[in-house]
Amino acid sequence: MSIPFVDRHIGIDADARQLMLDALGYASLDALMDAAVPTAIRQSAPLRSLPAPATEAEALAELRALAAHNRVRRSMIGQGYYGTVTPAVIQRNVLENPSWYTAYTPYQPEISQGRLEALLNFQTMVSELAGLHTANASMLDEATAVVEGMLLARRASGSTSNVFLVDSDIFAQTRAVLDGRAEAVGLELQYLPLAETDPAELPEAFGVFVQYPAASGRVWDPSAVIARVKERGGLAIVAADLLALTLITSPGELGADVAVGTTQRFGVPMGFGGPHAGYLAVREGLERQMPGRLVGVSKDADGRPAYRLTLQTREQHIRRDKATSNICTAQVLLAVMASMFGVYHGPDGLRRIAEGVHAQAAGFAARLHAAGIEVAHADFFDTLEVRVPGRAAEIVETARERDLLLWQVDSDTVRFSFDEVTAASGIGFSRAADGLAADLAAVFGLSDGFGVSLTPHLPEGLRRASEYMTHPVFHVHRSETAMMRYLKRLADRDYALDRGMIPLGSCTMKLNAATEMAAVTWPEFSGLHPFAPLDDVQGSLVMIGHLETWLAELTGYDAVSLQPNAGSQGELAGLLAIRGYHRSRGDVHRTVCLIPSSAHGTNAASAVLAGMRVVVIATTETGDVDLADLRAKIAEHRDELAALMITYPSTHGVYEHEVMEVTAAVHEAGGQVYIDGANLNALLGYARYGDIGGDVSHLNLHKTFCIPHGGGGPGVGPVAAKAHLAEFLPGHPLAQMHLHPPFDHSTGHVGTVEHRGAPVSAAPYGSASILPISWAYARMMGAQGLTDATANAVLAANYVALRLRDHYPVLYAGENGLVAHECILDLRPLKEATGIGNDDVAKRLMDYGFHAPTMSFPVAGTLMIEPTESEDLAELERFIQAMIAIRLEADAVAAGEWPADDNPLVNAPHTAESVIAGEWQHAYSRELAVYPSSGDRTAKYWPPVRRVDQAYGDRNLVCACPPISAFA
Amino acid sequence: MSAVPADLQYTAEHEWVRLEGDVATVGITQYAADALGDVVYVDLPKVGAALAAGSIVGEVESTKSVGELYAPLDGEVVEANSAVVDAPETINSDPYGEGWLVKVRVSSTPALLSADEYRALIGE
Repeated sequence: MSIPFVDRHIGIDADARQLMLDALGYASLDALMDAAVPTAIRQSAPLRSLPAPATEAEALAELRALAAHNRVRRSMIGQGYYGTVTPAVIQRNVLENPSWYTAYTPYQPEISQGRLEALLNFQTMVSELAGLHTANASMLDEATAVVEGMLLARRASGSTSNVFLVDSDIFAQTRAVLDGRAEAVGLELQYLPLAETDPAELPEAFGVFVQYPAASGRVWDPSAVIARVKERGGLAIVAADLLALTLITSPGELGADVAVGTTQRFGVPMGFGGPHAGYLAVREGLERQMPGRLVGVSKDADGRPAYRLTLQTREQHIRRDKATSNICTAQVLLAVMASMFGVYHGPDGLRRIAEGVHAQAAGFAARLHAAGIEVAHADFFDTLEVRVPGRAAEIVETARERDLLLWQVDSDTVRFSFDEVTAASGIGFSRAADGLAADLAAVFGLSDGFGVSLTPHLPEGLRRASEYMTHPVFHVHRSETAMMRYLKRLADRDYALDRGMIPLGSCTMKLNAATEMAAVTWPEFSGLHPFAPLDDVQGSLVMIGHLETWLAELTGYDAVSLQPNAGSQGELAGLLAIRGYHRSRGDVHRTVCLIPSSAHGTNAASAVLAGMRVVVIATTETGDVDLADLRAKIAEHRDELAALMITYPSTHGVYEHEVMEVTAAVHEAGGQVYIDGANLNALLGYARYGDIGGDVSHLNLHKTFCIPHGGGGPGVGPVAAKAHLAEFLPGHPLAQMHLHPPFDHSTGHVGTVEHRGAPVSAAPYGSASILPISWAYARMMGAQGLTDATANAVLAANYVALRLRDHYPVLYAGENGLVAHECILDLRPLKEATGIGNDDVAKRLMDYGFHAPTMSFPVAGTLMIEPTESEDLAELERFIQAMIAIRLEADAVAAGEWPADDNPLVNAPHTAESVIAGEWQHAYSRELAVYPSSGDRTAKYWPPVRRVDQAYGDRNLVCACPPISAFA
Repeated sequence: MSAVPADLQYTAEHEWVRLEGDVATVGITQYAADALGDVVYVDLPKVGAALAAGSIVGEVESTKSVGELYAPLDGEVVEANSAVVDAPETINSDPYGEGWLVKVRVSSTPALLSADEYRALIGE
């Protein structure tokens, strides 16, 4: 008999649970939840769609059965997704390593130096390949990166034109996403065949977008077009293929202001669409306009180089509706993989791969040419567009019979791309060994022969001459031993969930179980191209169908789209659905979005991107939405009211009792209700958004449903909606199924709802290859297990609040003095009394071996603690003891035992070097500095740097690898 | 307690004004600078820019927040403090002196708070 998975997932055992309930004064978990969750919102209907829980072995067997319904053929579809070989050392030591994938976003730089260095390598690699000054630490995918480029151009351009010029030779998915996003904010797109347009004929525009190489494979020189647009005050955005950039002139050298794209072909599997790290790089001077996370170099309190997230004031958590973007979670784990691909291959290795790819494409083009078959473009990198009048469908089908996937452009044209995987099968010299070339030749009816091209196919004026990736980091980790040790060294610097609890409020850092992670790297899931034929992806579609069905029922909605690949994108999709709904009813003036002041920054930023105007609602002293202010604002904006966005339970960790009055007031005025699902871990199984007045929500699968945080991504942010909004959920022109849910073999049912909104991601089903994680979690927990998880999460938070409230005030509580799944400790009185602030507490917690809780959100000067259900009582106790000890240390400062400017708190964190090297001249002992608790000293986590100087980093912007001499 | 020099005038947006003839020197108060924390970046209006009282004309940024700069009066910018752009920390160390932001030729008499009124506003 195997232990039910729920008992592996929930850290609190029966004895601990009893102890905690006794302390809180409740006879049972049911009694606790009855007291915590308002009766009026409790769900009554039992959950039916989730099957009884599977054991880990059963879940894996079912996943294998689903995998067996997928068929991975040799893909040459290209169009933004290419075969690549993930180096085994990177797969095992990064993708499959909890030290990397359970880490959080590096907001606490002192305990994140490992992944910050990996991201700095990423930024350096990307910016140098792109020939631009600064790259950020990842975008969600190429299509949304193009959108971000367009919005950046709009912000930075002095042009009064509302027009953005777009080359017609771009990927279909980029076009679909761009169209939807431009329309939402009222920007005008003009599509032109830019390779054939006289630059003098170009209309004035605030920017231009070119794909390089173009979607058809064509390599052409856009510098004249770029120059013309810039002359008239516009900015130039170029989406560039990074592998091609090892051989062709960089966008920066062509005059581009911004380069964007994807890093998928640097060792990250196609994964049926994702996840992959997009990239964005800018010329000098545009840094403050960049969206997303940016890693910079600063120094620590001992003057040593230290990495940190820099210029955070650009981002949504600070600038809210005026942020450069709504992006929050990005694709960090995948960016780390891509950067390590660059480290492992080096510039010479990347160039060799590119040369192999190009040679194979050129060789085959020569064979086609010899057979009189027309290749559309003389200049290309990896992609051939071939004219086969009237025969395109037949060619694609013949290829498929040979297990080869080509791309049909129209009835007369096919395209196919060579890549690292096809190139590995030889370059066409040996007929026997080269199965791929032989199959391709057969598809086109070519006679046997060699394909060697002596004609260069890269335009002479565009051959790359400039250097890139000269930094030693791209040259010294080339043996597997060196690479393995580099990865270990970096991972050792970081504090992830494999070390201890990360009690970040609203992040829900729960267990990412090994069984949940297992299927992610199975070739049947990771090897699929997002545009693979319907028949080849049925297993994945069934899984998607299951998840859509389960998530809809769990949240009380009717329709779910898994396309958005972060909570912020789910928010955007939900708000766009609301927008689409109002417009379909003629209510085009309904553009006001009411948002409480306590809302997460992404809410306001997303509303602006959905073409809405943000009006802020006050919150009361107790942290609830101020009903009076809400009613007043509704009255003031009644005819223009589009939506209200609320979070439930609130961002203050409270189950607000009047939520149904709030939602009713909005509906009565003709508005729609958006409920932010970030705090679902406090609600799942007890109440449903759809039942409490929600019309649409997003969920965070990288919170409630166990997708690991990855250091800042990947995420999945499904959008769930009531039936009246379902048709406005994001669709996709290339989706294998337009109906939702896609498939369910057990019922034989295909859903009946078509999602017809514009896509918000490049891939139809978003980051599909990580959906097995959430599928497995739901499958192994079952409805009761998910409910138990919620109750234990609420128990843990209330227990921590109870034990700490004598030492720190607990800021908000609901009725019965209970919190939801997180509690806020008010550190402002401590600051007043002792001068010790929440910063000092957060850094001192590092010395105690903890990651700090959420700082100053939603209230400045506080700490928000969310233990989750996965921690055991011993770990909760360790944290409680640390917090109490820190309180005593602060009291000692107030009592004058230590000077205010020289005590363990303000000097935290302490590195090993700081207590060993040189003379110790502090008012407290070295032992107290680094062994402050009575815990196991052999389990000590050593912060690699002292406190990082934030202001220095923002004032002295350095976003690429410093020279080795800086570390001497 | 933050410094509120008696010889200056103030706005509800935590800015100070020194009026000399028809030229006003404008900066942010120590209260504002303390609330922001270490200033890392300043975005000032250009020389020649026309300012309308109450409109947002620039910003002051720390690592953790952004403070908008509101025009405290109507006028035209005649000088912007480039030294403070290069060394934004001056706003923290000397908000009323070297940390001045812009000089404006005033086009109409502004309505401003006295030092006492501003002190009352910030509760000191």
